[in-house]
Amino acid sequence: MLELKTYRTQVHNDWCPGCGDFGIVNAIQMTLLEMQLEPHRVAIFSGIGCSGKTPHFVNAYGFHTLHGRVLPIATGARLANPGLTVVAVGGDGDGLGIGAGHFVNTGRRNLDFTYVLYDNGVYGLTKGQASPTLPKGVKTKSMPGPSIVERVNPIAMAVASGYTFVARSYALDVRHLKQTLRAAIEHRGSAFVDVLQTCPTYNDINTKEWYGGEDLPVKAPRLYKLEDSGYNGVVADPSVTDEVNAKKGNALVKSFEWGDKIPIGVFFKMEVPTFEDQLALRMPALKDKPFVEQDIYNRDITPLLDELT
Amino acid sequence: MPVTNSFTWMIGGPQGSGINSVAENFAKACIRGGLHIFANIEYHSNIKGEHSYYRLRIESKAPRSHVDWVDLLVALDRETIFGDMNKPHPTHRGHRHEVSPGGGIIYDRSLNLTPDSFGRDDIKLFPIPYMDLLVDALKEFGKDKELSKYQVMVNTIALGASLGLADYDFDLATEAIREGFTGRKAALGDLNVSAAKRGYDYAKKSFGEDAFPTKLRKQPLSGKRMMIRGVQAVAIAKLRAGCGFQTYYPITPATDESEYLESHQKDYNMIVVQAEDEISAINMATGAAHAGLRSSTSTSGPGFSLMAEGLGWAGITEAPGPVVVLYQRAGPATGLPTRTEQADLRFALHAAHGEFPRIIIAPGDVVETYYDTFDAFNYAEHYQVPVILLTDKFLASTYQDIAPFNGDSLKVDRGDMVREADLATGTDYRRYRWTELGISPRAIPGQKGGIFWTTGDEHDEYGHITEAPDIRIKMMRKRMRKVELAGQVIPDSKKATLHGPKMAPITLVGWGSSKGAILDGMEDLKNDGIETNFLQVRYVNPFPTNYVQQVLGAARRKIAIENNYSAQMAGLIREKTGIGMDNTIVKFDGRPFSQNEIYEGVKDIIKNGIKEVTVSHA
Repeated sequence: MLELKTYRTQVHNDWCPGCGDFGIVNAIQMTLLEMQLEPHRVAIFSGIGCSGKTPHFVNAYGFHTLHGRVLPIATGARLANPGLTVVAVGGDGDGLGIGAGHFVNTGRRNLDFTYVLYDNGVYGLTKGQASPTLPKGVKTKSMPGPSIVERVNPIAMAVASGYTFVARSYALDVRHLKQTLRAAIEHRGSAFVDVLQTCPTYNDINTKEWYGGEDLPVKAPRLYKLEDSGYNGVVADPSVTDEVNAKKGNALVKSFEWGDKIPIGVFFKMEVPTFEDQLALRMPALKDKPFVEQDIYNRDITPLLDELT
Repeated sequence: MPVTNSFTWMIGGPQGSGINSVAENFAKACIRGGLHIFANIEYHSNIKGEHSYYRLRIESKAPRSHVDWVDLLVALDRETIFGDMNKPHPTHRGHRHEVSPGGGIIYDRSLNLTPDSFGRDDIKLFPIPYMDLLVDALKEFGKDKELSKYQVMVNTIALGASLGLADYDFDLATEAIREGFTGRKAALGDLNVSAAKRGYDYAKKSFGEDAFPTKLRKQPLSGKRMMIRGVQAVAIAKLRAGCGFQTYYPITPATDESEYLESHQKDYNMIVVQAEDEISAINMATGAAHAGLRSSTSTSGPGFSLMAEGLGWAGITEAPGPVVVLYQRAGPATGLPTRTEQADLRFALHAAHGEFPRIIIAPGDVVETYYDTFDAFNYAEHYQVPVILLTDKFLASTYQDIAPFNGDSLKVDRGDMVREADLATGTDYRRYRWTELGISPRAIPGQKGGIFWTTGDEHDEYGHITEAPDIRIKMMRKRMRKVELAGQVIPDSKKATLHGPKMAPITLVGWGSSKGAILDGMEDLKNDGIETNFLQVRYVNPFPTNYVQQVLGAARRKIAIENNYSAQMAGLIREKTGIGMDNTIVKFDGRPFSQNEIYEGVKDIIKNGIKEVTVSHA
């Protein structure tokens, strides 16, 4: 029987006490349990940094890859072995700094997988430098001065790149995160989840208290749920270009809301053929079973040789 | 007495003038007439307009290289004859200088060139009214109003004229031309044949049977022959080896291979992905290898530079691949993007930081390319290492005719894999389990009981991160042992070859694509009374140290021949065996060695006492 401990490992966890990563890894394990996905059917991929250690704490096939390269490696594995449920995780520097090119191009493919971004505004493992999502003008604890460059907007980038499920959640709201991860994994296509997260050691600006809005004149949580505000980012008919464009536009506008009010939830969602679907159109044999389960080791190359005579 | 069946033909023109198809049709016609060919192209990094040329050597006995002269030159434009001397940095002085005494030039009569302008009184001139003949052919098919659309067909007229002067069987050419136009394009085939025939008849009628001394005659077929170039040998070997996943980022000269595979993917079930860059290309391929599919990526030097990081990850995670095909071209950076070089030997050996096992094979010709590519996949899975196939632009794009590969003896070896049934009995699967040979049985993600972790950090047997010094030492030894093991298991006969007599006053040492020129050059030297043998090193890693030591330890004068500046293989041999070369012949102008350059280089050393020779026919 599957239970929560089925998804846990005995590996020593060296994240800082109070790290937002704990919430994310817990939510991943709870989601897998809730979905009753057997561990050997799941593969978790990570980049480098604190978040990179995630696979070691989850009992599933685990790939701790290179800085910024989690998406290509996950893509290759998923295409080779599409029976796997593929979840890629990585930090904001990993995905939007060194790995930005892969972030954009993976979205374009609409591979059926889920990418979870641990978004805390800092490079933690190298001791707190500004990451691509830190707003301009902000100075966290270990920075010598405020950032003088603009931040990137992960949600807007994901929508523009072609991810077909784009959502945001919060590491300390495990219930919402679990619900969002489940929707992401269940989505057929590239799902992107931007997880706002605290770094208790290096990000002394975007703290748990800050997200809770304790500094505001009228104390109120900064985060609000899109679905509660009447927002609907789901494309009903992907063949209607006007609707697709309007929904993307709405998502972009919403994604720039930041400050006293920050939206979480599903910004955009659309079901269109995946990369795998399109490969199967080119190679009908893929519809039967993945190549990893087929005998491709005795191919008859005689016709190719004859072509050359 | 006319010379028969020994002939170098060249066609030159601006990029986009269709020299490829014409040269390849000519080559096909020769092969089907029992003749043998060696055909290589030189082109600019440009889409349309810059000078390119295709050299076709035709012999009664299979040639393995080209020569630096031309018996019959076909000029589709003025530049082919006179070069681009008006440019501040001319790339060539015109091919008129390369025409052999008694040879000839076919060119457009409407250029109105005076015989004096060629600056040669020892060659024959064959002006052909390209346009008039083309218009005649178009009229026959009612297309003379569309002259500009069909203008490129003057190349076919020139081919016809060449066949006429050489008095070759026109029907063989007809067959080759028609094959290029199938289905709805069949009518174009008839039009092209008609154009070629007009060139053929014109040359015969206007210049007479004896105008050109070299004739081509059919000879008995020596069995079935394929016309094949390096990229095709690699691609077909990948399909034969069961590669299921290929990635690439567009780059000269590697892309042709991936496009070939993509065009056949439907019939052979291979996923081909055009990645966003070479970083992604190698990492996708490694991900696929870990996930259980034989995988590969192909690139050239600039792309391989980006792959260095990924190669290291494949190494430390003991991925069962990928096979990386590195088509060397002249570097560094963009260098000479469409020209050849053998300057990435050291780079392939050391790419990426840290130390990890890798296997590097450098095939010397299309046949070796096929078998080495096949072996590469077996090694990748058996030893769980990245394998680099080190070849170059020259071998990639050069056509030869060879007997079809006989693949019956090829056996796929997927290495030590765990079965789900075995995993079910024990629960303690360790992906990096210590074993005597250093190779751990691998599971495929999705297998029940086979869960593993893998990381680019140093790790324990389960694949979890560790910084423990004792485990680090054990893991380093485990990984590095695998190449030592490969060195013991793979026979020397695959790793290096001594061509020619066992002992000779001169031993030539080379690797990769210069094999053919060296073998042919050795015959020229022999005809001149200079006996040589040739040590070809085929495995860069594991290096055939003992064998090379044996051969070179007994050798007298040792001459390294390499298509690079610093004689990298000579350096590697010295590192591995302590044996230095007496002389070097290097070439680094971006062009491949010719047969005569081998002869000239060796002569320079022994007659003129030059220690380090640089050759170039620039």
